[in-house]
Amino acid sequence: MWPDLISPQLARLIVEATGETLYMVAVAATLGTLFGLPLGVFLATSGKGELFAAPLLNRALGILVNATRSTPFIILVVAIIPFTRLIAGTSIGTTAAIVPLTVAATPFIARLIEGAIREVDQNLVEAARAFGASPLQIVFKVLIPEALPAIVLGLTLAVVSLIGFSAMVGAVGGGGLGDLGIRYGYQRFMPEVMAAVVVILIVLVQGVQSLGDRLARRLNKRLRHT
Amino acid sequence: MNAPLTLSEPIAPIAFEPEDDAIIRFESVSKRFPARNGQPFVAALHEVDLSVSRGSILGVIGRSGAGKSTLIRLVNGLERPSAGRVVVDGLEISSKSEAELRAARRSISMIFQHFNLLSSRTAAENVALPLEVAGADGAAIRRRVEELLDLVGLSDKRDRYPAELSGGQKQRVGIARALATNPKVLLSDEATSALDPETTRSILELLARINRELDLTILLITHEMSVIRSIAREVAVLDAGRIVEQGDVFDIFTRPRHPVTRSFLSEETGRALPPSLVKHLLPKPVPGGQTVLRIAFRGAFATEPVIARLARDEAIEANIVAGTVDEIAGRPFGALVVTVPSGPETERALNFLHSEFGLGTEVLGHVA
Repeated sequence: MWPDLISPQLARLIVEATGETLYMVAVAATLGTLFGLPLGVFLATSGKGELFAAPLLNRALGILVNATRSTPFIILVVAIIPFTRLIAGTSIGTTAAIVPLTVAATPFIARLIEGAIREVDQNLVEAARAFGASPLQIVFKVLIPEALPAIVLGLTLAVVSLIGFSAMVGAVGGGGLGDLGIRYGYQRFMPEVMAAVVVILIVLVQGVQSLGDRLARRLNKRLRHT
Repeated sequence: MNAPLTLSEPIAPIAFEPEDDAIIRFESVSKRFPARNGQPFVAALHEVDLSVSRGSILGVIGRSGAGKSTLIRLVNGLERPSAGRVVVDGLEISSKSEAELRAARRSISMIFQHFNLLSSRTAAENVALPLEVAGADGAAIRRRVEELLDLVGLSDKRDRYPAELSGGQKQRVGIARALATNPKVLLSDEATSALDPETTRSILELLARINRELDLTILLITHEMSVIRSIAREVAVLDAGRIVEQGDVFDIFTRPRHPVTRSFLSEETGRALPPSLVKHLLPKPVPGGQTVLRIAFRGAFATEPVIARLARDEAIEANIVAGTVDEIAGRPFGALVVTVPSGPETERALNFLHSEFGLGTEVLGHVA
């Protein structure tokens, strides 16, 4: 059935596009977590009277994060082209597309991490202070481990969103499934390509989501009963 | 101001331990919290003087909002005083920086009402946490954790997560965690308030054993007199940020002076008056009426035929309304509620009870 509908050349294009999507999403999610995790932890702990109290910096970073998050992704992609060129050496192609994806993912992930950290019972922070933990020890030994199930769920959400964002980077020659769907499925009137793209995206999102859910459940020790 | 309703015997001044014997010392400590939304500042503690002698168990009792939590958090520097000094084992906690306090906190441990265990760590891993934080090596941590779990009787639960443990077991983990760094002082922040009476008893027994065997000083705060009576040797009563009464538990229980102390004691079983009597209680004596007295019997006097002597020597007939015999801090204690005729007979009865037997008395009210 597959060979009847889609030629081997097209099938190869689809496989390639899937690979590009996975590559972009994986790298952007990794970098986004790398930058977003510390940013999120800082946002969650630098308010007035908190562990790393720096209310002004907290406010400034909060505004920056909100500004980035309120810019529609397709506009962000175009707006930061000079920055993309500075980082990736070019503004066109799959690798270049990782730059705007990461820029969009970082504040998003930071907010998710911030939320997860803020959910941790403040009494645990007090207990850790009471037995002599330093602020950094509190972050690494209390806040992050306790927030881990929520962090995993947040990162799952971020990856799913990144899969969606990655469909838009065709605008700068980023390739990937979304780009293939637009160029072949829509502009060349090939509904079978469009259908294939949609199915692959659904499977990807489902897979990521159930993987994240399962991991979060395994990490959550709060709901166990004897 | 109402005149106090009591004529209890004068109390010998409380003998304080010499200064060097006090491991925790509050020197006229005040704590105010900053104003919020145009409200004036909140005074949590007002010129509190308190000393806890080495190896003892001191209980601070107070209603919610009395300043108990603030008081206990001043000891390990989680809160800083607005005025005054807090000295723990010769170290002035109130003047130390946060970094300096971290080292000090290893010898001032704390247990909590809601246990505050990490849900992501097993019992053993929770106990290990303060040791990890202190930079102990793996083998030493494992050895110490086994020792501590054994001490609190939870060796078989070492790999359980807090969600799999009962409240009492969680508090045992909390206690083991608090003992991990060999502290000199243990602060107990309403540690049994979330537990049922039986579990409370077993946790208090554990604390008493730790106090004895490890020579650990315990400062505990609670709103339950029953906790104080079963474990503490000294008690301080905190009301609206001030210590209104302080001393030996037996003395305070048998001769409470402050109304707040009395109200705490009245909630104790056996101290409550029969409701039918309370209903008829009047604040002022009525001609031809009766006055209700509570007589406290301490130690040796518990065996004297006091009522019979009152009738024979003073010709005053006392009518027994209620009575209890009890043991407080290991010493026998009885309380008898009687009515005697109002007027001069009351005065005479009180004088007689005091001069002949040295008994503590308290006028509870009057009935027609």
